[in-house]
Amino acid sequence: MKPIRMILFLIILISLVACAPAGPVTLTVMTHDSFSASEPVILAFEQANNVKIMFLKSGDAGTALNKAILTKDAPLADVFYGVDNTFLSRAMEAGIYESYSSPLLAEIPAEFKLDPQDRALPVDYGDICINYDRAYFSTHLLSLPVTLEDLAKPEYKGLLVVENPASSSPGLAFLLATVAHFGDGGYLDYWRSLRANDVQVVDGWETAYYTNFSASSGHGPQSMVVSYNTSPAAEVVYASPPVTDAPTASLLGPGTCFRQIEFVGILKGSKNLELAKKFIDFMLGQKFQEDIPLQMFMYPVNSNAHLPEEFSLYAGQASQPASLAPAVIAANRERWIADWTEAVLH
Amino acid sequence: MFKPVPRSDSPMRNRTSLPAWVKPVLPWLGVSLFMGAFFFYPIAHILWMGLNPASITSIDRSSVNLAIRSLLTSFYQAGLSTLLTLALGLPTAFLFSHYAFKGKLFLRALTAIPFMLPTVVVAAGFNALLGPRGWVNLGLMDLFHLQNAPITFVGTFGAILMAHVFYNTTIVIRLVGNTLSRLDPRTEQAAQTLGSNPWQVLRHVTLPLLRPSILAASLLVFIFDFTSFGVILLLGKPGFSTLEVEIYRQAIQMFNLPLAGLLSLIQLLCTLVFSILYSRILRRDPVTSAPRSAQENIRKAQTVLQKIILSVLVVFLLAFFLLPLISLPVRSITRLEADRGARDQVRTGFTGDYYSELFINRRESLFYVPPFTAIAISTGYAALTVLLSLLIGFPVASALARPGRMERLLDPLLMLPLGASAVTLGLGFIVSFNRPPLALVNSPFLAPLAHTLIALPFVIRSLQPALASIPDPLRQAAAALGASPVRVWAAVDWPIVGRATLSAGVFAFTISLGEFGASSLVVRPEYPTMPIAIARFLSQPGGMNYGQAMAMATILMLVCGLGILLIERLRLPGTGEF
Repeated sequence: MKPIRMILFLIILISLVACAPAGPVTLTVMTHDSFSASEPVILAFEQANNVKIMFLKSGDAGTALNKAILTKDAPLADVFYGVDNTFLSRAMEAGIYESYSSPLLAEIPAEFKLDPQDRALPVDYGDICINYDRAYFSTHLLSLPVTLEDLAKPEYKGLLVVENPASSSPGLAFLLATVAHFGDGGYLDYWRSLRANDVQVVDGWETAYYTNFSASSGHGPQSMVVSYNTSPAAEVVYASPPVTDAPTASLLGPGTCFRQIEFVGILKGSKNLELAKKFIDFMLGQKFQEDIPLQMFMYPVNSNAHLPEEFSLYAGQASQPASLAPAVIAANRERWIADWTEAVLH
Repeated sequence: MFKPVPRSDSPMRNRTSLPAWVKPVLPWLGVSLFMGAFFFYPIAHILWMGLNPASITSIDRSSVNLAIRSLLTSFYQAGLSTLLTLALGLPTAFLFSHYAFKGKLFLRALTAIPFMLPTVVVAAGFNALLGPRGWVNLGLMDLFHLQNAPITFVGTFGAILMAHVFYNTTIVIRLVGNTLSRLDPRTEQAAQTLGSNPWQVLRHVTLPLLRPSILAASLLVFIFDFTSFGVILLLGKPGFSTLEVEIYRQAIQMFNLPLAGLLSLIQLLCTLVFSILYSRILRRDPVTSAPRSAQENIRKAQTVLQKIILSVLVVFLLAFFLLPLISLPVRSITRLEADRGARDQVRTGFTGDYYSELFINRRESLFYVPPFTAIAISTGYAALTVLLSLLIGFPVASALARPGRMERLLDPLLMLPLGASAVTLGLGFIVSFNRPPLALVNSPFLAPLAHTLIALPFVIRSLQPALASIPDPLRQAAAALGASPVRVWAAVDWPIVGRATLSAGVFAFTISLGEFGASSLVVRPEYPTMPIAIARFLSQPGGMNYGQAMAMATILMLVCGLGILLIERLRLPGTGEF
């Protein structure tokens, strides 16, 4: 081809490409591994905003947060979901979030809004509670423990399995519940009494629930396990064959559960600020919030969101859950875990 | 008529005009680029972030104590595990290489399957067998009318040791077995003719010939046990903390990067030291002998004593490897109800529900993993890993077979990827590859790259003894007869190492299929691998989730087993019986 024709051809090609209608922009959302959502719900958002969402599952909450902090100069994503109240301080100190006061915050109760500057916005919450095996308790005619102190009573000897707070997030939450209840000076004595009462300690939730707990498919020896208040609902939803009632329930007495709230935020340095804001609004909006229970087995923060039947029937909510300020947790976490290890494991 | 050979074809003359330093460097080019970009750079980057002069002051006395304690614990459990693995692996290697018996192929594949299974699955299998409500305990409680489970297994040191042996025996069987089956029986026979008894033959003839492969196997097993993570957390006593576990805790839970960096550095240095020791020991009088056909060494058990020992060993192996594994398929088709009735009765019934459920996306979840997709991706990644690691590893193993200065220097560095903590490597990837020019952090190819990094040392160590055993006189004879270096390689080296290459390929395949640690840090949700899919099921309560995890694990085991059997049956062109 003659050079001039070649150049003309190239010019036309380039202008065609440059003037092509805008394809969908990609919005990257970084989450922890437990994130889940229904395809239709996400698809609706994608179509309404001409956007393609790429989800980056980044490990458990701690790992995902660390990745976000380590890459804050060149963030991996536009939006980061997955920080919980035990890690909130660390996220705030690292300054990874962009502040955004979403209009939907009006539909969320004040107790969940732990960041006054709206850098991290609450999305869902759950309680880490002790789940118990209903059949065991009724067969052995045992009364349920009501308070944390009851767990140290002789009739519950060897019946409780807890997770190591150094390696498990529910384990840490339960430790924090005991600190909140007994105070910094008293919680270790409580744990020593639990140890005297043959409390079983394992490293992870999977082991505690599927090996040690008697009401799971593992049919283990312990009839009480530290898990989530939504686990009984999950047992019903995922039962095979279907069951008419939950095999487990949670202890919901005052101070026995620890409230966990999960947050989302726009990462500083995001190139898609407007879309990110829209996505946050979407996550706080009713449609996504109502999708959360059966996908992630957590409660939605939006007070207008309806709960599925399984939650109202089988999951329970603590009326007075234990909680500690994120800054207090951040300052003392290491010391509490070290002291706990010394008192319980050594 | 006699055609004079042109002088330019003479193999004795160096025809090329390349400078002298090029040839030794050439085999190392591939691996240097690969490891430089995908290992040293990310590791150096993340270590620097933790251990720069500004942050190093945060490491205090108690941190150092913690480091020392974890180091000693790592050593202790790894050392004991390695000894036990050798104790089981060596007799088994001998069994496989010298005796023919019914079901040998099945048993061989069986011993290799654990290696590919993610820890969650193995832990579930052991629990089903030896857990507080496992079959053994339930059986004993029934038999002796006991109230409580007599055997405590999960949560003990013994469980860690046993799981390590379960995982790693295949390394010893493959590496040592390969060499054993190629040993020239005439050497041993000559020794016996000269009056040695079987023990003396073993000590003075067989073991020295096996030394390179036994050392290679021990080194690999030790490093694997040293950096073991899932086994410690899932089966060990809480509070039992090795370097690897502490690195995870400090980096992720405490965000104490300086301490995590220090621990990672210690772990890497230890690996380096072991590697250097290994090279040093190996360099002392290497023994070569022309490898023989594998068939020469195989015979059927003849004396009664041999038959008894053979049967006992085979039964033990079957029990040890089959029983934990068999619980997974059994549980995947058994309905274990969590009902309100009597608790000691486990109502069972067979069901295919868990398998059919795998194919249904009941909650319309965005992250639903269709099983065939997971299988395809896992095997695709595994194939890529095999290709890459063989391509990069073969030249290196060849170079190591005739070590020069370059080899002595670079050899110890090869093992480092195995000794690096998966957490450190994963975080290193994240911080190093999140911007151009190497913006790979979201690439689906990052996972096979990570797998190749881990498979490379295995492949190289697996090929090295075979390549080293080729006697030079054979090569020199071929060259003297007019063969070019490439032809020498094709006609002498390749037939002998062909099977070792297959074996190395199997290693790479199995490592990739079962890899979980590094994968969990870099796998994209649209490209899930099977171990990740299994772990997802086990992270939520519910009988359906547990059953699906068991079903997926069974599928993984079948895919693994099939893969191994296929590769072992493969006959590479030109390798013949070797």
